[in-house]
Amino acid sequence: MVKKIIKALRWLKCPSLCSGLLAVVHYFSAFFNAFSGSNFQRKFEENIFKALMIISAFTVTGILIFILAVIFLKGFPAINLDMLIKTPKGGYYLGKEGGILNAILGSIVLGFGATFLAVMVTVPVVFYLNLYLKKNSRLALSVRFFLDVLWGIPSIVYGAFGFTVMIFFGLKASLLAGIITVALLIIPIMARSMDEVLKMIPFELKEASFAIGATRLETAMKVVFKQALPGLMTAVLIAFGRGIGDAAAVLFTASFTDSLPYSLFKPVATLPLAIFFQLGTPFPEVQERGYASALVLTVIILFISILSRILSKKFTRNIIK
Amino acid sequence: MNTRKFKDIFARRLMFNLCLFVLGLAFLMAFGLYQRSRPILAITSLKNLLFSNAWHPSQGQFGLASFISGTLWVTAIAMVIAVPFSILTAIYISEYAPKRVREFAKPIIDLLAGISPVVYGVWGIIAIVPLVRDYLMPYLSEKLPFFPFASDNYTGFTALTGGIVLAVMVFPVIISVVEEVLRTVPVETREASLALGATKWQTIKYAVLKKAKPGIIAAIILGLSRAFGETMAVLMVAGCSLHGFTKSIFDTAYPLPALIANTYGEMMSIPLYDAAVLLAAFILLLITTLFNMFGWGILLRIERSEG
Repeated sequence: MVKKIIKALRWLKCPSLCSGLLAVVHYFSAFFNAFSGSNFQRKFEENIFKALMIISAFTVTGILIFILAVIFLKGFPAINLDMLIKTPKGGYYLGKEGGILNAILGSIVLGFGATFLAVMVTVPVVFYLNLYLKKNSRLALSVRFFLDVLWGIPSIVYGAFGFTVMIFFGLKASLLAGIITVALLIIPIMARSMDEVLKMIPFELKEASFAIGATRLETAMKVVFKQALPGLMTAVLIAFGRGIGDAAAVLFTASFTDSLPYSLFKPVATLPLAIFFQLGTPFPEVQERGYASALVLTVIILFISILSRILSKKFTRNIIK
Repeated sequence: MNTRKFKDIFARRLMFNLCLFVLGLAFLMAFGLYQRSRPILAITSLKNLLFSNAWHPSQGQFGLASFISGTLWVTAIAMVIAVPFSILTAIYISEYAPKRVREFAKPIIDLLAGISPVVYGVWGIIAIVPLVRDYLMPYLSEKLPFFPFASDNYTGFTALTGGIVLAVMVFPVIISVVEEVLRTVPVETREASLALGATKWQTIKYAVLKKAKPGIIAAIILGLSRAFGETMAVLMVAGCSLHGFTKSIFDTAYPLPALIANTYGEMMSIPLYDAAVLLAAFILLLITTLFNMFGWGILLRIERSEG
């Protein structure tokens, strides 16, 4: 490694840097050679890295607590009942009265719609992958691979794609367009976790079902589905949380409005965008409301994540082990 | 044919078609975006768009170079911060941590992945912007007034701020993939090394990490592509003003995804504007897809080689 660097430097024709580096390398290697193999060096290095690892693990954990603490401390003083049960009145974004009920309800409706649509696509796909196809069939491999790739495509690209589809069909930004775009966005997230769940179902269980004459569909719906239910629920909730929290995909497709969601073909407000717009105003009191809205969104997501844990514990009772 | 059989066959057809839909979705997205960005490619060359930084939509100039530079800066800063932290954390969780800590770590990483990007943005505005403005910036920019630190932007909304927030958002991706990769390294590899008298760290360094190296590279690539496409949080904290190239970590940065998100209201009002923005989305799609194919390809190969 060091030799390669020196070679590269030599090639770059900088002899002074090269010899300087050589000197440093020799100094350090001499230093370490003096202890090499000795217990001192081995323990020394191990302890340093162990300390670094613990520090980074604490940092990662600490950052989560830091984020939650910041959102709670800033959001809690700013929140009030009016915000939760009123829609924005005229001049809300200038500091006049009103609330974000439109965004809360909009996000929930959009989240439910998108999750429902995504379940309709994802459940058949993962059951097909796990029950109908052989483990290493080319189709199964490529569907999984493309799901992984889709998982990595940023949500803004989904948003832009939804926008092009809307133009193609001559539609305006609406709840329906938002639901479809967010559904596309969460399909790969849902599919990955559902696939993990179905992979864990023991083969013997399916075998037993086939042996008594059940078709694959019957096995899927009556045996595997029940067995996998807690895991599937968790996957659905994870995807729901992701769908509710995403802003970039709905920016183009669902737009924003001050009224409550009442039609599939009208724009709908979403919580992340409400936060974004409120923080974008220059008025401190509106920004405070943005912090409060961020608290609402965080609480919803925390609630979903806790709920998924409770549900998966509760439904585990029915599982044949 | 009885109804049970018929139902089974019907379901099989349906499921097969849904699988084809999933397979085709990425291509459909690429096609749709390309189709909409063709008008601008018909007028100026791709090279011209990528390497010019003249962004004046009203005059018909759509140079994307300064946005690309913004993306590169923010992503690079995020990766420099995220990679060491997340790899060390993943090694700690999978190799050293007692079982209780490991069970505690998983929900935390899931939660980090589940928090809304906008909430990350709010956190960045409340916590990281003042940190950069009041502490990092005065200290670094005055003590080291040269290349990557010199700047006259004192707002705290900087490439560095965006990079820090992005780094936190990338943590869960890299940690979970590296952890999974480390779990695929067989216990026998570890046992063989330990039996030779190596310490735990030597085992990790010479045996485990060596074997996990391709997987770790894949994790970094996946994290990179995640950072590359992240939109809302960066839009909220990185400044995002039009001023040409980002020249320092304390300059504002205006990455591509933020550009796309920021123009949603106005892009239909000026001719070719929408084509330019959707071209940016197309470029983003191509790059993240390539990164993801590469990363998942490596992981797939690892998975297949072990059984």
